[in-house]
Amino acid sequence: MKKEEKARRLLLGDEAFALGAINSGLSGAYAYPGTPSTEIMEFIQGNQTAIDRDIHRKWSSNEKTAMEEALGMSFCGKRSIVCMKHVGMNVAADPFVNSAMTGANGGLLVVAADDPSMHSSQNEQDSRFYGDFAMIPVLEPSDQREAYNMAGYGFELSEKHGLPVLVRFVTRLSHSRAIIETDKDARKENDFHYPSKPEQWVLMPALSRKRNKQLVKDYVELAEVSETSPYNCYIEGKDKSLGIIATGIAWNYLKEVFPDGIPYSVVKISQYPLPEKMIKRLSENSDRLLVVEEGQPFVERKVRGELNIGLRPVYGKLTGEVERTGELTPDLLRETFKKIGMEACGEEENPLTPSKVVSPRPPALCKGCGHRDVFQALNEALADYESPKVFGDIGCYTLGYLAPFNAIDTVVDMGASITMAKGAADAGQHPAVAVIGDSTFTHSGMTGLLDAVNEDSPVTVIITDNLTTGMTGGQDSQGTGKLEDICKGIGVDPEHLHTITSHPTNIENMKQLFKKEIDHKGLSVIISRRECIQTARRH
Amino acid sequence: MKKDIILAGVGGQGILSIANVIGEAAVKENLYLKQAEVHGMSQRGGDVQSNLRISDTPVHSDLISLRGADLIISMEPMECLRYLPYLAKDGWVVTNTTPFINIPNYPSEKELMDELEKIENLVAFNMDEMAKKIGSPRSSNMILLGAASPFLDINPSALEEGVETLFKRKGDKIVELNIMAFREGRAATVDFLKERNIF
Repeated sequence: MKKEEKARRLLLGDEAFALGAINSGLSGAYAYPGTPSTEIMEFIQGNQTAIDRDIHRKWSSNEKTAMEEALGMSFCGKRSIVCMKHVGMNVAADPFVNSAMTGANGGLLVVAADDPSMHSSQNEQDSRFYGDFAMIPVLEPSDQREAYNMAGYGFELSEKHGLPVLVRFVTRLSHSRAIIETDKDARKENDFHYPSKPEQWVLMPALSRKRNKQLVKDYVELAEVSETSPYNCYIEGKDKSLGIIATGIAWNYLKEVFPDGIPYSVVKISQYPLPEKMIKRLSENSDRLLVVEEGQPFVERKVRGELNIGLRPVYGKLTGEVERTGELTPDLLRETFKKIGMEACGEEENPLTPSKVVSPRPPALCKGCGHRDVFQALNEALADYESPKVFGDIGCYTLGYLAPFNAIDTVVDMGASITMAKGAADAGQHPAVAVIGDSTFTHSGMTGLLDAVNEDSPVTVIITDNLTTGMTGGQDSQGTGKLEDICKGIGVDPEHLHTITSHPTNIENMKQLFKKEIDHKGLSVIISRRECIQTARRH
Repeated sequence: MKKDIILAGVGGQGILSIANVIGEAAVKENLYLKQAEVHGMSQRGGDVQSNLRISDTPVHSDLISLRGADLIISMEPMECLRYLPYLAKDGWVVTNTTPFINIPNYPSEKELMDELEKIENLVAFNMDEMAKKIGSPRSSNMILLGAASPFLDINPSALEEGVETLFKRKGDKIVELNIMAFREGRAATVDFLKERNIF
């Protein structure tokens, strides 16, 4: 095998990791689409080696099912990855946290793509907390090359220590391309083999208590591994007035603002648990410390408290020297250096002010999109009621909140439309309407619908079915062709289960149907269907 | 050599295609490159931009600093104005002048033109019209790429190869039209620069 042969390729951070995983003997990828993680699975679906080897590469119903499927593959000794956006970690949290207790057999990498600045998300949660909380090691690539290499490194780490490994991406790495060197050949897949300690996979209290002691010990040992990780390093600087801890992508910004070399000592971190000795050494050799990290002040909290580094001043997000919210930029880092009275480097003269004629251009539902018809008909149907409330959900149709529709009162998380509408109905709200997409319905709407069925709650559920997962670019939707059967199976009264076509020429019929079912004093489900115009164009 | 480029437009106008062609050409020329894109929600008719950084030495940050862009390439006149704080002192703006109006408070044509005229180094023409003239109305983004190409320091034949790779799947005719669009755009800028005795 000519393993040393390399190819230069231009890849997104997501794609670099996906290719790294394939080239490291991946047997199964599991995921639910979510910006900015979607391109990992999409790359694998289009990759020739993955196709030839028939690596598992179909979308799962949600992040929890994906995580459990990947864990099942790991149980059988094969290497697997599971990919999601940061809020998907909340859905997968139960199996994720418990996978530290079972441990991994075949290498298991859990990818969480965080979205600082919320380019396409509802919050800025930082997945590193999940790793620490579950006692699972975390890798945080700083660039596309590391993203590629960390797949193979992560599998080895996972197998060596018998634990899953969390890989934390951020939008700016997931969705940025760079040219990297990649291997031309792929390692062979693992042989099928069962775990050497089968009792570890049965999380009964008596067994778990024993395992927990071992896990705590292993996590201490993993901090030692971090001290010698190829992805963490201590870089000695001449100027001892400041020591800098830079994690993940923040390391790039630091190099950017000091184009002629960083004068201060730096600890660069891309592997957790934190290399405590490295940080203590930095602290002992510097008058003050600065922590720059993308996301929430995760390392900063540890440095200020847990690591017990003494009374040196620490600058970071908690004290305001680093911007508390939003993603980092080289410009913001220059501001940080100004705030702490340091020379800011590579700074240009005053930028031009933005032109006054520029207006915001928010995203909008596509012209000709079926969701538009749903909102138009729904607004008309609700016009006659005194205080209607519409509980929305996550997808393109979230944009129904904006003008011209202004049709939605709440958007919280995947599936919350049905359950919040039910809770509101329990409190006496009427009309209580839930608007949910087809993919979101099968992701997390079905279980909530069962609650509403069991109490025949006076809720009108509109499943706006465009036969795809639209917002993330048109991935297969798990319920396509099955929605009526799913609703019937859950127990929706067939008399109050309807299918209608979303179309500008059908608004009047849609409106009449919505009104009729809103007036029904029990649960109704209306599936309003037309294919996404973006996917329809691809036929 | 270092070029920091901001590509701007509205979701669906094809700015990622421009970025891809430049990116593939940079691979062939053995340059370093980082290119930050916008995916997901804002692609639905919202403003989109891509930060493209090309250099013969390693590129660190995926993002361009304020006053750091050597070039702003825009599919839409108002969108190029959005990123002016990023334009370097001697940087250039190359923009299509056809407005994309999908918001109620879009500026008037006069307001827009007045603002554009304030830009010192500007190449602006109606690329939609030029694309229609050559019989390929969907190729205005390749006209823009051509119009920006004299500022790129990349061999135009490498860029043309990139255009070919991008459209290969759609057949020879489409490739030919897009190469033609690229050349028309490039010629328009070259003529403009000659008139002004630049280059």
